[in-house]
Amino acid sequence: MNAARNGPAIDVSGITKSFGGKVVVNNLSLRVEPGEIYGFLGPNGSGKTTFIRMLCGLLKPDSGSGTCLGLDVMKDSARIKTRVGYMAQRFSLYGDLSVRENLDFMARVYGVEDRRGTVDNMIGRMRLGPYADQLAQNLSGGWKQRLALAASLIHGPELLLLDEPTAGVDPKARRDFWDQVHELAGQGLTALISTHYMDEAERCHRLAYISYGNLLTKGTVEDVIAGCGLHTWEVSGGDLYELAAELKKLPGVEQVAHFGNTLHVSGVDAGALRAALAPFMAKGAQTFSEVPTSLEEVFISLMGTSPGPQGGEAAQGGRA
Amino acid sequence: MVVKEFVQMRRDRLTFAMMIGIPLMQLILFGFAINSNPQNLPLAVLSNDDSEFSRTLVAAMQNSVYFRVTNMIRSEAEAKRLLDLGDVQFVLTFPHDFGRLLARGDRPQALVEADAADPAATGFALGALDTIFSQSLSRDLIGPLLPLRAQPGPVDLIVHRLYNPEIQTRYNIVPGLMGVVLTMTMVIITALAITRERERGTMENLLCTPVRPFEVMVGKIVPYIVVGYIQMMLIILAAKVVFGVPILGSLPLLLAVSILFIAANLAVGITFSTVASNQLQAMQMAFFFFLPSILLSGFMFPFRGMPEWAQWVGSVLPLTHYLRVVRGIVLKGVGFTDLLPELWPILAFLVVLMTVAVKRYRQTLD
Repeated sequence: MNAARNGPAIDVSGITKSFGGKVVVNNLSLRVEPGEIYGFLGPNGSGKTTFIRMLCGLLKPDSGSGTCLGLDVMKDSARIKTRVGYMAQRFSLYGDLSVRENLDFMARVYGVEDRRGTVDNMIGRMRLGPYADQLAQNLSGGWKQRLALAASLIHGPELLLLDEPTAGVDPKARRDFWDQVHELAGQGLTALISTHYMDEAERCHRLAYISYGNLLTKGTVEDVIAGCGLHTWEVSGGDLYELAAELKKLPGVEQVAHFGNTLHVSGVDAGALRAALAPFMAKGAQTFSEVPTSLEEVFISLMGTSPGPQGGEAAQGGRA
Repeated sequence: MVVKEFVQMRRDRLTFAMMIGIPLMQLILFGFAINSNPQNLPLAVLSNDDSEFSRTLVAAMQNSVYFRVTNMIRSEAEAKRLLDLGDVQFVLTFPHDFGRLLARGDRPQALVEADAADPAATGFALGALDTIFSQSLSRDLIGPLLPLRAQPGPVDLIVHRLYNPEIQTRYNIVPGLMGVVLTMTMVIITALAITRERERGTMENLLCTPVRPFEVMVGKIVPYIVVGYIQMMLIILAAKVVFGVPILGSLPLLLAVSILFIAANLAVGITFSTVASNQLQAMQMAFFFFLPSILLSGFMFPFRGMPEWAQWVGSVLPLTHYLRVVRGIVLKGVGFTDLLPELWPILAFLVVLMTVAVKRYRQTLD
């Protein structure tokens, strides 16, 4: 892997893209430092995939400017491609080729020197050895994903663009995957990863949240949580379902969510929230305690306050 | 269930259009273009005689529905060349004292050489010859010549069916099949090639790599050229061993010029696959191309039997020219220079299609 470079890995501003009159990515600006793992979050159809595809040259932005690895995103997509590793949302290697053949093909396409050595090395590093001669279509989800990551790394990219890499992958494989990504970041690789999973968002150095093409918040996990100013109470014991129904109607209560045997109640106005909860606390049937707000609550709150879809469904899924 | 099928059918406009378009095309092609009784066939006349009898005969042939005098020529060599090139279907030769011998009642010979590579193209016309000859001369056979009207007729008509003297339809069909098989498989295989990448999602990965459109095209075409050659070898072998087709010309020449035709078909397939959005559509387009290729190229029905507009359409198709190339080499033994008039249209077709394909190939998912 290449050592950390000077200057940001991604530095774009005003990136806009629409499909058939629907704005899918709206005036998005993002700066990712080298060696950083940047989480890219947002609901389905929020424009994450579109944005990532624009960065790696799969789509051309309607407007905007900026650089990716110091190269102009509008003009230099051919050169960007040689230095970026991309992993699509859907498995996009050849099912009828074996693991080794797939990696060998990718190495050829990128013109990797010492192809055999590089492929062997990658198979070893990703612990794909036992599957090297299996057809890719016969691998399980987790191994497919590992193969896809190996393929995107074969040419020694400086930047990884991973589009929901862990969708449909079991927790163990997800853990392994994130360990890999952190190891790579330790070697100076930059990664932009889109995800739905909150636990994964928390593994990122920094993150950005977009909804319907608009960037709603960005920063470290702590920044994001602090930035939204949400207060959360945890309630346990008693009939939580009845309580939840009643709380939802009260002013000051923005979210009520079940977490197993507890209930999380959140709101921005700490006073109003406490006031809403006070009568129930007085009854003493349940235990109330103030807890730190989690990312999930922040994002649910952001989703609720975002401007909403501009012209219906965004085209993220429509172009797979 | 039925409602769902109709809704889905409506969504896939291209498929729907094809379902309507293909039968419509078939109807028009079969209905108007195909005629298994070709008329107005080009005839060259090599007359060494300027008697009224030979002039009457030429005029009579011209007036018949079957013949159209296109060339008045002076030598045997020219006659052979015109037939080899396929410029004329027939050559009519009168010996130099034809008129004198006829008047003397000596039954002079008149020679009709026919390009019978495709027996169907010449059959009816040759069948009509006897009648044309005996009836047309009746008018001139008056007075002392009257007895000549009697059988066996005033002229000894000799017909040479060149290139296929035994009237074996398979001599014509088997070499032609080579072109048809190549068209069918090459177009379909490549039509699916890029569409499949797109459908399986592998295109997304491919587009992210530095690979260039031209490299993708060439990469898709080269393996199938090899496949095409294997097919050719098999057909040539079968033609020789199983069907006993005589191969007069040079096989290396045939193999060499075939690369143009194979590449042209692959270019068609690639172009289709850049247009089609799924494999079904690609298949349908391949058939959409295959149909006129078979019907209008002169493979199934004589090319000269078709109306002019259909001949124009046919002339665009590479198979039309390739059939002439194959039949030329195999049945007539013609050489490279004589094939040039058939080769450049294939080349032009290839260049145009490749340009379209590279232009249509999108480097982004837009």
